[in-house]
Amino acid sequence: MPNNSKVQPPKAPLWARLTKHQIIIPIAALLALALFNLIADPSFFKITLNETSNGNKVLSGNIISIIDSGSELAILALGMTLVTAASGGQDISVGAAIAISGSVMLRVLCGSDSHSATLQAPIIVALLIACLVSMAFGAFNGALVAFFKIQPMVATLILFTAGRSIAAWINNNELPIVNDESFGYFGNYIPGIPIPTPFLIAIVCFIVTWLFMKFTSISLYVQSVGVNEKTSRLNGLNPEFIKLMTYVLLGLCVAIAAFIKVSRISTINYSVIAKDIEMDAILAVALGGNALSGGKFSMSSSVLGAYVIQFLTTTLYKFEVKATALPAYKAVVVILLVVLSAPTVREKLARLGKKLKKSKPAGQAA
Amino acid sequence: MKEDSLLEMRGIYKSFPGVKALQNVDFTLRKGEIHALMGENGAGKSTLIKVLTGVHVKDEGVISLQGKGEVHIHSPQDAQKNGISTVYQEITLCPNLSVAENIYIARGKGGLVSWRSMNKKAQELLDSLGIDVKANQQLASCSIAVQQMVAIARAVDMDCSVLILDEPTSSLDESEVEKLFVLMRQLKERGVGIIFVTHFLDQVYAVCDRITVLRDGQLVGEYEIESLPRIQLVSKMLGKDLDDMADIKGESLPTGDPNSTPVYEAEGLASVEGIGPYNFEIRAGEVNGFTGLLGSGRSESVRAIFGADRVTGGKVKIDGKSVKITKPRQAMAHGIAYLPEDRKRDGIVGDLSVRDNIILALQVKTGFFKPFSKAKATEFADEYIKLLDIKTASVNTPIKSLSGGNQQKVILARWLLTHPKYLILDEPTRGIDVGTKTDIQKLVLKLASEGMCVTFISSETDEMLRTCSRLLVMRDRKLVGELTGDQLTQAAVMNTIAGGEKNAEQQ
Repeated sequence: MPNNSKVQPPKAPLWARLTKHQIIIPIAALLALALFNLIADPSFFKITLNETSNGNKVLSGNIISIIDSGSELAILALGMTLVTAASGGQDISVGAAIAISGSVMLRVLCGSDSHSATLQAPIIVALLIACLVSMAFGAFNGALVAFFKIQPMVATLILFTAGRSIAAWINNNELPIVNDESFGYFGNYIPGIPIPTPFLIAIVCFIVTWLFMKFTSISLYVQSVGVNEKTSRLNGLNPEFIKLMTYVLLGLCVAIAAFIKVSRISTINYSVIAKDIEMDAILAVALGGNALSGGKFSMSSSVLGAYVIQFLTTTLYKFEVKATALPAYKAVVVILLVVLSAPTVREKLARLGKKLKKSKPAGQAA
Repeated sequence: MKEDSLLEMRGIYKSFPGVKALQNVDFTLRKGEIHALMGENGAGKSTLIKVLTGVHVKDEGVISLQGKGEVHIHSPQDAQKNGISTVYQEITLCPNLSVAENIYIARGKGGLVSWRSMNKKAQELLDSLGIDVKANQQLASCSIAVQQMVAIARAVDMDCSVLILDEPTSSLDESEVEKLFVLMRQLKERGVGIIFVTHFLDQVYAVCDRITVLRDGQLVGEYEIESLPRIQLVSKMLGKDLDDMADIKGESLPTGDPNSTPVYEAEGLASVEGIGPYNFEIRAGEVNGFTGLLGSGRSESVRAIFGADRVTGGKVKIDGKSVKITKPRQAMAHGIAYLPEDRKRDGIVGDLSVRDNIILALQVKTGFFKPFSKAKATEFADEYIKLLDIKTASVNTPIKSLSGGNQQKVILARWLLTHPKYLILDEPTRGIDVGTKTDIQKLVLKLASEGMCVTFISSETDEMLRTCSRLLVMRDRKLVGELTGDQLTQAAVMNTIAGGEKNAEQQ
């Protein structure tokens, strides 16, 4: 910045600024999980270059598995953060919406023959149509919330309940299988690239989101509407439209997540695909330290929150926790994280820290 | 301790990190007196009250009560046990319960309640205090004033000897304030000592016996009301002579050029709030104002101009050209700015930073796809923080942690940043300290002299008489009169509001 040397207060050290920012919560959780694994079994972090059955050299290891399987969740967390911030509520229909979106994609790709040998339409067309459908459903949710002022959870309960049946109906209750190999690239690996494609797609999504936030006022508008709708209206904003927009954007995230999901297995199971992902997406937002009642948000914190959840899941799998018992273990850790990151607890901890510092000022590092 | 004093606070100190909120403050409350606690925002009034009510614990000093000697107050419960009760500006009762329930809530000995005897007792209490309300009525259905009186009745019934009224009148209209005063005088007769915190000078002189003035956390002095003329009170609160205030009065009022095309002109404007239809115009350099009782429709009138309420009819011209304004966005595009009456509800975006609050309107005006960089936004914010002397730790501070006056300045900055042609200020001086009030009035006159036109609304008539060259008087949501020139006197305004001049009726 040119000649801006006047009243700028000296910047606090990075660490001090970081501890005040909400991003400290997911970072601390990631570090804690990493530390735990490091002590329990350092081989957790081993990454190897393996050859797959079709002669493709790819990276593998727990960390790779985390960044791979966390992709859908991280992408959903982007949209969920906006929805939460603007409307002070959450969309619980994203799992069902993924089923719809995936179903639409397969319908377009396979046409009327659910086992057709060749693609009936280019993948990009299928993706675009799925995006449109998904955004339309997002708009439906958004309209209920913005114009009819229905509680977001109640409004999205409708699609949550109906979504998976709609998905099945789109393909006449058949389970189409895509036989084209290239479709599988997006949920697995592109030949010659050792990094899982879902992670690459997620990175592209992060960059696009970052650019979108940098080159538009969405962050200010969404936060303003989330904090004070009346004021926002009097400052020329259209709160209803902004809320609607966040749901439509979440719809877009849903379509991309669905794309990865169906590409992973080249088919779909309506009742299982992305099951319970809505709760994880909401949790990612909460773990990122964002208020679920809306208002201020930090996108990067939510994304890290998503990877915390995936890290946790993978760790539990690693320790051979049974799939059926997994949610219970997860719940324990999540309770711990959420309680520790609650504002009241953080405040108390901060005060405790101060007291400790006061009582032995000599020995403590500042 | 003197014989007639109910409460003595001696040598009270209280600091917060970085701030010495109270330094060696003394305060004495006598039996059966109404004692005003005055000072600008940040002078230490609230801290002193909070020390007394146990919200904060004092660092040093002695608090003694009549008949009890020195007392230690560490929590609001301690205060209540010692007969110290507080009624706050915001009603802290439960609106969904009945009046009687609110009076006796959380005071029962066991779980059993005799509804009939409770209602009877409550009714007797209310009657004895002359509060005109049924004990079994739901609290939410009472006016704010009655709710406040119920809160007082509750306090009184808890054997309080010291009653603290913290800004109780901010949301009341004049007749309601008068009713409250009757109640206060009655309690005074009973020997209750009342500490009255308010920003309204008129009210202090209407009801108080003594005044204690604080400034910058220190005691300025205690005065008998008769010995301290208003002008001196203000100068003691500000800590300077009142040339400033005199300045404002001396200037000729800004009328604008009566032959110029009005910047804004409305014919038959009406809104969904039941306003109008009314005609209105304002010219460059003019300051006018809407006056009337609370609820008379003065706010709704300007909201219609800004498109904040749904407009149901009327022709609007800007600079002589017909335009349509049905949304705030359109009004903003035509260079109109509106500072709303309810700062908390309609003005601030509480969790967001001072910077975001300042750039909000201009950003919306500039457009979604042209966001200001952080550096640019900070530059804008810094400019106006300096210009309006906004006291904030940094541009990143959330606006909700600022004092009321500074919040108001931030919102003013937000609109000035959009460089409006026409600025509407609805109660910009409510609930803020005298210094900021004067600043804002001066700013209005300065802006007018630079060619802006301003509509200024205030419930303090003398404030409007000092700044407006034309007053539009509202009654029952209708424009009932227009005062200019020699008619601009307190008496004429009152007369018109009261309906004295029938012939002033608008067509």
